[in-house]
Amino acid sequence: MNELIRRTAAELAAAIARGEVSAEEVTRAHLERIAAVDGTIHAFLHVDGDGALAAARAVDAKRAAGEPLGPLAGVPLALKDVFTTKGMPTTCGSRILQGWIPPYDATVVRKLRDADIVILGKTNMDEFAMGSSTENSAYGPTRNPWDTSRIPGGSSGGSAAAVAAFEAPLAIGTDTGGSIRQPAAVTGIVGTKPTYGGVSRYGLVAFSSSLDQAGPFARTVLDAALLHAAIAGHDPKDSTSIDAPVPDVVAAARHGDVRGMRIGVVKELDGEGYDPGVRRCFRDAVELLAALGADVGEVSCPHFDYALAAYYLIAPSECSSNLARFDAMRYGLRIGDDGTRSAEEVMALTRAAGFGAEVKRRIMIGTYALSSGYYDAYYGSAQKVRTLICRDFEAAFQRFDVLVSPTTPTTAFPLGERVDDPLKMYLADLDTIPTNLAGNAAMSVPIGRSPDDGLPVGLQIMAPAMADDRLYRVGSALEAAYRERHGRLLIDELATASAEEGR
Amino acid sequence: MPRLTRDDVAHLARLSRLALSDDELDHLAGQLDVIINAVARVSEVATPDVPPTSHPLPLTNVFRDDEVHPSLPVADVLAAAPAVEQQRFKVPRILEEE
Repeated sequence: MNELIRRTAAELAAAIARGEVSAEEVTRAHLERIAAVDGTIHAFLHVDGDGALAAARAVDAKRAAGEPLGPLAGVPLALKDVFTTKGMPTTCGSRILQGWIPPYDATVVRKLRDADIVILGKTNMDEFAMGSSTENSAYGPTRNPWDTSRIPGGSSGGSAAAVAAFEAPLAIGTDTGGSIRQPAAVTGIVGTKPTYGGVSRYGLVAFSSSLDQAGPFARTVLDAALLHAAIAGHDPKDSTSIDAPVPDVVAAARHGDVRGMRIGVVKELDGEGYDPGVRRCFRDAVELLAALGADVGEVSCPHFDYALAAYYLIAPSECSSNLARFDAMRYGLRIGDDGTRSAEEVMALTRAAGFGAEVKRRIMIGTYALSSGYYDAYYGSAQKVRTLICRDFEAAFQRFDVLVSPTTPTTAFPLGERVDDPLKMYLADLDTIPTNLAGNAAMSVPIGRSPDDGLPVGLQIMAPAMADDRLYRVGSALEAAYRERHGRLLIDELATASAEEGR
Repeated sequence: MPRLTRDDVAHLARLSRLALSDDELDHLAGQLDVIINAVARVSEVATPDVPPTSHPLPLTNVFRDDEVHPSLPVADVLAAAPAVEQQRFKVPRILEEE
């Protein structure tokens, strides 16, 4: 393993800025890593080697000209294939968008390019971000670098696996019900869902517009904060983007101090259905937070028990509307246009051929929940549950600065185990969904390996809207404590293991 | 709650513009019924006194300055179209045959 790919994004940017290594060398090292391992991991759907090297050389030229470089200049990144990229394919893991090359960049992409971050390529995902395992991709699943017979989480499984497998130090994902935090947890890395409206959704292909939010993946809390800061901020092109200063997540990540912080353990996010090993790791981490000086207590959020049900009405309802744009008329797949069939027939044939099973299920559930006669009982009730969950959070945040829970009830499950059992698959997002419904900020940070199976376990930190910095304070404190106790980070254990395999 | 029948699912597929095969309908009918019955529990706590929340941000209308910006070039937009004619999207017939 080339030593460059083991470094953090912050270290790489500093080395590039000092001229110790060129951005081109850094990009080459990561492209070589992708070539070596991605045949097995399948984190990427598209690798843009030429584009990445050109972007890296531009950074080297800037430095040579004495121009100032940003805090992540020259650092390579893996981008979830749900963001539009001018001149680069964007499929959303769907057959219906196979070969589509968008005519414009998403705001997140423009911000990455403006920060001189090098985009290596586009990562695999559950189709249109619907799933928890990346098995719903039309292009085959991604594998978990810790155990390639297991899922990398989803829907941002490709982005998480790319970072965990040292194919990129940074990645961007999106989180509608847990799609950044759950993959981060099961691959042993850091992942943040910023406050809803904290990061622009312009150019993010919509799944559920009131829930979707883009955020960072990294192997360290500081790297995640640097990337968070690079992509966040108001965007006039997204009317739901918050016009307020971005919380200082980088400063918070540098000061991982939880002394005096009030941390609430959510009673409802524990118990039946949780792996004993996950519960054990979580309890140890909570004790650690208390030992570090936090004021830890228990809090009840009684309506969280209804969050999963509300989510599986709200998200499908919004998706049934959003995905109506895939109509075979302006871009993407068109099937059956033989000159005799009507536009409507072509539309129905195309959508049947172009969408996978989970997307069809959700479009139809959403169509049902929104149809007259059922609207009040389903979508209407789900919106009320959303209010009750917001109130639970408000009450809890009166007493606590942040809330914590396991990120997901189990460690990475075997590929294929839940793929035809939708309800069982949905349980993977049990802990992460309440935050999306309320629009708050949350993060998953690695806390250890389950004694049951040796696989990574994540702890979820939840903060009020626009208090994203608190996530980084707590995450950084846990990370520093792990490093002090073990002399390395959790993900370094995977690097050591794969280095030994490679011998 | 009423059970979701295969006919209901076929109707939903039509509304959703999904030309599903018989096998798909058979398979999905059972699954959708299970999912709908599981999520129906939202009604247990959704009492009349609770207001609905449709969105996490308390936004009404968002305005921007009325400034002219260049649109995407027509050629770039049409480059991804399944069919093009006379600088326009070419689509199948939209009316029923006489």
